[in-house]
Amino acid sequence: MKRAECLGALYPELGDRLVVTNMGACAQELYDLGHRESFFYLQHAMGLASSIGLGLALTLPEERVVVLDGDGSVLMNLGGLATLGRYRPPNLTHIVFDNGSLLSTGGFPSHTAAGTDLAAVARGAGCPRVSRVGTVYQFMEAVSEAFAGDEVAVIVATVEAVGPDHYAMDLLLPENAFRFRRFIAGRRTGGG
Amino acid sequence: MVVVPMTVSRDNSKAIYQGIKAAGIRFLTALPETWLVYLLQLAADDPEMTLVEVAREEEAVGIAAGAYFGGRPNALLMQNHGFLASINGVVSLAMLYRVPLVMLIAHRGHWGEPHPWHTQGGIVTEPVLRALGLPVEHARDPRAVGRQIQEAHTLAWASLSPVALLLTRDLMED
Repeated sequence: MKRAECLGALYPELGDRLVVTNMGACAQELYDLGHRESFFYLQHAMGLASSIGLGLALTLPEERVVVLDGDGSVLMNLGGLATLGRYRPPNLTHIVFDNGSLLSTGGFPSHTAAGTDLAAVARGAGCPRVSRVGTVYQFMEAVSEAFAGDEVAVIVATVEAVGPDHYAMDLLLPENAFRFRRFIAGRRTGGG
Repeated sequence: MVVVPMTVSRDNSKAIYQGIKAAGIRFLTALPETWLVYLLQLAADDPEMTLVEVAREEEAVGIAAGAYFGGRPNALLMQNHGFLASINGVVSLAMLYRVPLVMLIAHRGHWGEPHPWHTQGGIVTEPVLRALGLPVEHARDPRAVGRQIQEAHTLAWASLSPVALLLTRDLMED
């Protein structure tokens, strides 16, 4: 299945959740579905999308947070899965699109193409609700359970190594940060 | 119970912690190290404080950014080698997106350091911070550190920049 298909099925279910995505193909595909003020695209510092999500989830217990991540990014911050497993914020869903490659930087195979199983790593790291999915149906089933549940969930979705044919956003990086922060502040004061 | 060398200053750790709270900070990300043990124990024992311990210091930059986006004053506690481990996060998340970070950094390997393994990190810490163009101050005096922490928070949020307060041997050891 393709990451874009998963995102297309996920998008209408996001509601008012705060979404943090890693860089490259995932960010572009989410943006192309329609940017929202509740989306933050981490276009560098690979690995830290999940850490940002953890910070949001722990400091905003009344919000629901979704992290959209990739195998390459997660491999750069494997310790973050252990931190996630330790603190287990119930309001966080961590989705990892595993395409077995560093697609946005040349398409070299990543360790997951050679056998590293990120779902097993997440389970071993102490994350309580971890699933591996391979069809859009399974993906949305796991998402629904995660969204309805009351514990942190990690969903590892095996996807093809394909991405968008363009990379362009009409959104400056600091602009995204300013607008994302302001959106959250507006929600906290009831203005969102 | 954690056993620490008797030379780490309990009183000065308390002064630092009081400064953190006086700055309105109720969220800390940290990776423990010897000089920070009493400080982190105070945080762990305080029901008003949320302490998140990371596996690697670069995570703390991401978590702190999340706290900032959520409108929560916060600080990062780490050893200077941890800061070195977190540099790309500081550059490509905090500096790139104009996210303030209040970094309280234990400055090992500097003046008075007897352990050889700390010394390269100790020598490069300030030059690296200055190469990044970040505001840096030294905390040497327990009577001033509380004010310095509040000023670090004020500057970080006004400048939308990481700032570094180096916790020196003068302050951290008896």
